[in-house]
Amino acid sequence: MLSTTRRILLSTAAAAVAWGLGIGSAAAAGDTIKVGVLVTLEGAFTVLGEDSMRGAELAFQQHNMSAGGKKIEIVTGSSDASPDSAIAAAKKLVEQDKVDILIGPLSGSEGLAVKDYAKTQPQVTFINGTSAAQDTTLRDPAPNFYRFTTDGVQWQAGLGEYAFKDKGYKKMVVIAEDYSFPYTQVMGFMLPYCELGGKVVDKFWVPIGNKDFSSIVASIPDDIDAIYVALGGADAVNFLSQYEQAGGDKPLVGGSITVDQTVLGSEGKRKDYMLGTPSAGPIADSWDNADWKKFVEDYKAAFPKGFPSPSLFAHGYYVETLALLTALDKIGGDLGDNQAKLRETLASLQLDTPTGKVSLDKNRNAIADIFLTEVAEGSDGKLYNKVVRVIPQVNQLMGMDEAKFMALGPASRDNPDCK
Amino acid sequence: MAADLTETTTAATPRFLAQLRPHQIVLGLFLLAYPLIASDFWIVQIGAQTLFLGLIGLSLMLLAGYGGMVSLAQMAIAGMAGYMFAIFGENSANLGLGWPWWLVLPTAILFAVAFATVTGFLSVRTEGIYTIMITLAIAVAFFYFCQQNYAIFNGFNGFAGLKPPQVFGVDWRAPYPFYYLALAVAALGYFGVLYLSRSTFGIALQAIRDNPRRMAALGFNVRAHRVAAYALAAVPAALGGLFLVWFNGRISPGTINVGAAINILVIAILGGLGRPIGPFIGALIFVLLDNFAIDLIARERFNLVIGGAFLAVVLFSPDGVLGLWDKLKRRLAKRGGA
Repeated sequence: MLSTTRRILLSTAAAAVAWGLGIGSAAAAGDTIKVGVLVTLEGAFTVLGEDSMRGAELAFQQHNMSAGGKKIEIVTGSSDASPDSAIAAAKKLVEQDKVDILIGPLSGSEGLAVKDYAKTQPQVTFINGTSAAQDTTLRDPAPNFYRFTTDGVQWQAGLGEYAFKDKGYKKMVVIAEDYSFPYTQVMGFMLPYCELGGKVVDKFWVPIGNKDFSSIVASIPDDIDAIYVALGGADAVNFLSQYEQAGGDKPLVGGSITVDQTVLGSEGKRKDYMLGTPSAGPIADSWDNADWKKFVEDYKAAFPKGFPSPSLFAHGYYVETLALLTALDKIGGDLGDNQAKLRETLASLQLDTPTGKVSLDKNRNAIADIFLTEVAEGSDGKLYNKVVRVIPQVNQLMGMDEAKFMALGPASRDNPDCK
Repeated sequence: MAADLTETTTAATPRFLAQLRPHQIVLGLFLLAYPLIASDFWIVQIGAQTLFLGLIGLSLMLLAGYGGMVSLAQMAIAGMAGYMFAIFGENSANLGLGWPWWLVLPTAILFAVAFATVTGFLSVRTEGIYTIMITLAIAVAFFYFCQQNYAIFNGFNGFAGLKPPQVFGVDWRAPYPFYYLALAVAALGYFGVLYLSRSTFGIALQAIRDNPRRMAALGFNVRAHRVAAYALAAVPAALGGLFLVWFNGRISPGTINVGAAINILVIAILGGLGRPIGPFIGALIFVLLDNFAIDLIARERFNLVIGGAFLAVVLFSPDGVLGLWDKLKRRLAKRGGA
């Protein structure tokens, strides 16, 4: 009796296993294209990952979930912003779900890992999400990895010059989180700033999620003109309030994700302090441009529960997805010959996005417009990022000579340096 | 647990290999033939990952099941082995010392054992919840140390470009070799722990778990036994950690953060702490849920499935899936007898 039951149990288990394996081997049908979207839906960046997904979905919806006469099927993958989890999710999408194209990931170190993985999967085309590490495309790129968004260095285009010339800050300190994305941001800021003769007397690297900035606040020298801050979300707010409590009054210069809604929502003394803080990035909420305004309206209509205005993550995933769909339309969804047509088309695409024209360089990295903004007070009394100028068509070499730029070496804690 | 003990005393030698039951042989053959019927994804991502996460879980099972010491530091110990492999071997950041593999592997395991021994010394004076707290503290301290130390551990970025050594001209990272290597090492760990549990040391350890004061009165050095258990448990954890870095091709502080440490606890509890097969069952369920929960339910909520499954198992069977299996067997046997 016992052994019969056990046999039944075992065969049920075996059947379940066989069924599971069977699903894995089912290939995609001929008239649909499977697209994997890899975003961060766990951990500290979950909210940003959800907004990324909105951006991708908006592009798919506007294309009626089809491109080049074929239906698009979306499979979502999730990471927790660590490279390990990004690779695990990418592997599942590519090897188990058999996606034809993968869009993602969201953050810098993930992008570096997925690029390395892309090299082992030449049959799949990888399109970046919002990952903005420099070496995802600059050094040792993968031939099947495309990035229609710009990197963290590009995002700071014009900021160093503006801080030195227009603001007159000659001596500064840097406070930034200690990982790959802020390294690139600091590099993007410091390259022109140091070139012009500015001095960065000290750099403070803090772990993500740092709560106590008191030791840093205490060691900020008195004879500086301003502080460059590349901190995200809660870290920025924590630093600002502790700096304020300690009586600090040096003006700020912000990284691309520093001066966001949580900081702009400040009231009272902090509000006056924030006024005039410059920063730069791939989008500007308040840009007075028809294409951008339409994008914001579409986003709001499609996602009433989303953010008041699309974040740079929604924008990034939107642009990447739009690039893919536009290319698929052009080639009639023909993925034959190891996706050769798709790749050619992507490489030479001239894409019109809500933030202007985007095209790719020889490393398949975007050349796009960057927005230099400054915190201003609106007519309703609320703070917002006013567009000071648009830096047109910034490339990954920041307009420098390639050999000279490569000689600078990869961004790190100690590179660049101008004490 | 009591049944385990009586069973073990009657068979204290490797003769247990000859006592394999039919379903164990079927399972063994299935595991051997598995790559023939599965795709690469199922071989590596599900199969091999289950085996090496099971190994790390096994080290916790050994400590908690036989020693009564729940340690949250096992992932840190596995991570120590992974980090040492990166530091003494080769990595893409060109920061490795480039030692040959036959030196790197024992060194990595030795460092993990040493780390575990220190952890053991610090935590064996405590009991229950305090052991959990002190091992958690060690795990968190190690995580932050790795994250902020750039001289040795390369900080937030950690190390990439880690590959299993090329031995006998085989690419051990290819699906088939990787799976069979993981299977062989997992089997070694499984039978090793099984053997250990029936050895004099294992019996003494289990007796210490049940009544440390009586064992002390009988002249056993309770503390030494516990520290030795930590050191021994480090071996499967270190092996699992090596597979983990080969699998990911990299290691960074994120690999050994609190979430990862808790995952090992989940794996061990989910499977059941009673027998060495438990962590492997737990790892299988965990890996399947981790990979496929996102397909079952709206993507914003998929962690609910993982948490729900964990809650359900713990709620209905304090002994994990193994407990459910035993309960089922007992009920069937009763019905069969009646």
